[in-house]
Amino acid sequence: MRIAILGFGSVGRGIARAILQKDLGITVTGLADSKSGLIDPDGIDIEAALARKQETGALGDPAVRPIDVVRDAEYDVLVEVTPTDAVTGEPALTHIRTAIELGRHIVTSNKGPIAVAYADLAAAAEKRGVCLKYEATVCGAIPLIHGIGEGLAGNSVSRLYGIFNGTCNFILTRMSEEGLTYEQALLEARELGYAEADPTYDVKGIDAAIKLVILANTVFQRQSTLQDVDITGIDQLTPEALRLAEEQECTIRLIGEIAPAENILRVSPRILQKSHPLVVEGTLNAVTVETDMAGEITLIGKGAGSIETASAVIGDLIFIRDRYVKGT
Amino acid sequence: MKLEMKDTPGQLVAALKPISSVGGNIIAVIHQRDPSSTAETLDVQIVLELPEGRLERLLELLREQGVDVVRLGEERLLHQSSLILIGHLMHTDLSDTVDRIDKTGFAEVTEISLVMPAIDQPSSARITVRSVNLDDMKEAIAILRSVAQQKDILMIEPLEEI
Repeated sequence: MRIAILGFGSVGRGIARAILQKDLGITVTGLADSKSGLIDPDGIDIEAALARKQETGALGDPAVRPIDVVRDAEYDVLVEVTPTDAVTGEPALTHIRTAIELGRHIVTSNKGPIAVAYADLAAAAEKRGVCLKYEATVCGAIPLIHGIGEGLAGNSVSRLYGIFNGTCNFILTRMSEEGLTYEQALLEARELGYAEADPTYDVKGIDAAIKLVILANTVFQRQSTLQDVDITGIDQLTPEALRLAEEQECTIRLIGEIAPAENILRVSPRILQKSHPLVVEGTLNAVTVETDMAGEITLIGKGAGSIETASAVIGDLIFIRDRYVKGT
Repeated sequence: MKLEMKDTPGQLVAALKPISSVGGNIIAVIHQRDPSSTAETLDVQIVLELPEGRLERLLELLREQGVDVVRLGEERLLHQSSLILIGHLMHTDLSDTVDRIDKTGFAEVTEISLVMPAIDQPSSARITVRSVNLDDMKEAIAILRSVAQQKDILMIEPLEEI
């Protein structure tokens, strides 16, 4: 199977390395980041591209733009892992739309286009007979979307809730364990590389809300946007609040919750008993799915990281390879 | 509840047994024998907790045991939820915040733990609300949510009943 990869940041490189290390039957024929690109129908030398990127910051020809790779490379699946724009979904949205029109399957870790235009993209993909996969957009390594769509197929899901942001979970874990203030815990998260220089998206609950929108629209077939989510972040939390929770053998976690029957679409700090399965430590994510036949299922795992996100992308690629592309 | 039963051995046990069989929890049994009384019956007062919707079944079982229920007391508030409030709680009139729940008649604030680290910093409080049933609890929390919004207080709700 031939793929084109757009985006050569930590996720793109994680995917490239996994392809190098594992015998997956995958050849990369197109590759681009924001500065340069490569197209080779016989397969790109990934090792050389990784080395060039490391040395020069560019992986190939500066004249080759991502959209050129989408149009001109010969590939079965477009892997779209460029940076996310949660408001417009661009430029990823154009890359994905163009590839679908050309009859190519899509695998993406890009939250923007899926949150903004899932219904359109899914309809276009269906019309064109191609597959649109986006496991890596929500909860990194946790096979949540596949788990619900395939493993729990036939169940009806009544409620879905959990921890969707590892940075917030890390901050709350540290506040609770060490009695740190919010500012101290955030500083530590930054020093360890868990929080961005501008942590607004994480700590205000926006990142978790975008993931909820994706799940609401894909799992529950809603037509939600970010504006529909009732969002409260963790930046107003005090160490005293965590201590008061602690006195009752409880703690506080940032919980995203979807309950369509009650019209709940909400991200907010919540009090949980410490023994609750969703009380996970550090940067972990955890999600509980309430279903009619299987009851409650809780999935716990790493929500971010290049290898972990690559794991979700590779899973989607192999799904497509085995069901759609095999033998071609 | 106040029960009346025959003053013969084993009657008290017979009266208490149905309570545990419907999942109830006995809090107190007040059983005072009046030596001067010549009555053949005995009065016993019992304070108990019952899961929702089990009272009818309990009364039925007691009747089968030959125990008369003379009087049924007030229902206690059995559902409990702890919430945390963060903000300028005193400056926004904490007693008014509490009163908005208490005056509903179906729920009340039974406990407050307040921490005020410094005069210019937000305080944090854990408040415990009790209600007769789950729907009342949901309504009480909704009232508190809107009060918190009005007063610019961050309210942290439990994920499940705590």
